[in-house]
Amino acid sequence: MAAAKEIRTQIGSIKNTQKITSAMEMVAASKMRKAQDLMKAGQPYAKQIRNVVGHIADANPEYKHDYMVERSEVKRVGYIVVSTDRGLCGGLNVNLFKAVVKDAVVWKQQDAELDFCALGSKAGAFFRNYGGNLVAAKSGLGESPSVEGLIGSIKVMLEAYDAGRIDRLFVVYNEFVNTMTQRPVVRQLLPLSSDMGEDAKHDEENARPGSWDYLYEPDAKALLDSLLVRFIESQVYQAVVENGACEQAARMIAMKSATDNAGNLIDDLEMVYNKARQAAITQEISEIVGGASAV
Amino acid sequence: MANSFTCNIVSAEDSIFSGTVEMVVAAGIMGDLGILPGHTPLLTELQPGPVRVIHDGGKEENFFVSGGFMEVQPTIVTILADAATRASDLDEAAAEEARQQALKAFNEKSSELDYTRAAAELAEAVAQLRTIQQLRKKAGKG
Repeated sequence: MAAAKEIRTQIGSIKNTQKITSAMEMVAASKMRKAQDLMKAGQPYAKQIRNVVGHIADANPEYKHDYMVERSEVKRVGYIVVSTDRGLCGGLNVNLFKAVVKDAVVWKQQDAELDFCALGSKAGAFFRNYGGNLVAAKSGLGESPSVEGLIGSIKVMLEAYDAGRIDRLFVVYNEFVNTMTQRPVVRQLLPLSSDMGEDAKHDEENARPGSWDYLYEPDAKALLDSLLVRFIESQVYQAVVENGACEQAARMIAMKSATDNAGNLIDDLEMVYNKARQAAITQEISEIVGGASAV
Repeated sequence: MANSFTCNIVSAEDSIFSGTVEMVVAAGIMGDLGILPGHTPLLTELQPGPVRVIHDGGKEENFFVSGGFMEVQPTIVTILADAATRASDLDEAAAEEARQQALKAFNEKSSELDYTRAAAELAEAVAQLRTIQQLRKKAGKG
């Protein structure tokens, strides 16, 4: 019965693991709802400010903000990479880093160097190994990240852009398609491009690119300075909350499949255990019968 | 020409209002602005204060924004508010308390950082009270 006992302990330990994974699944499911609400709440603002900035990029402003000017030579590229703080969420972070690396290789071929800003501890760990220049890192954003918590890291990148240390800025995060699907996206933040607004196509007939300008109050420089910084902050914030929703969804799916796999493993082991038990009983009976006939 | 246009009011947390309106009155950084259809493109910062929206058909609605930006296009107005609430949800007692607290912090001004924050809080509380009083006055008249 030695083998049978071993199998029993194994089943016991798998059952314990299954309990943990199924608990984590349920926790992730409830956190996902909250994260999704947070994501949805921020969407209108992010979308409208993107439209507005898209309009500005279409206009012919009296004052060309530094963020609106395409730089002829790209020597250094900055990435703000939004990852999770914790693991056990399937391939979410790995897929994201793959997307970054794929994009970065293209820039490397054009002799551009890379700067990274890692939001979330997983990105920090990855880029320390990857070898890029990690200029800012922030982790421990929690389940309801605040814009204030992000401002510091964003500022580092914006200052680098202002000073001409980087010539392009991207944000990389997971886009929440639905609970089952999360897609890594690389979106350009700076310089601004006019196809940013989602209604850019839609009002093409009444858009007259480059032929009009706004009235500005108080004045163009002060207004654009604060508006564009606000824009970048809102886009990064939105990326962080959307990635948060992805994290919980991915964790829920990962834990669900872990629980299912544990169930399958237990079924298989129980089959083996029953066979071993049956074999032991049969052997005992035949020994008794053999013994009785010998007497 | 159409005598109405689309207006969107969004705050960092939520979409507050979206619909067809005849006129929008907002507190710009350089004074109050009334926007009618076909307005020339305009970008302005907003002061903490009331935003009055006149619907298609003359019905009015009041909102309170605590600063932000307004973009005007001939057929669409977008208000990006730092925080916005429907004016009817504003609580006068709470606003008054916030004002008192801000005043107190203002007078104490222990450090530079607190000072600027207190000033901002005070401006917001005063603007909230202004919105409520405006509403009240209107209600008294009507």
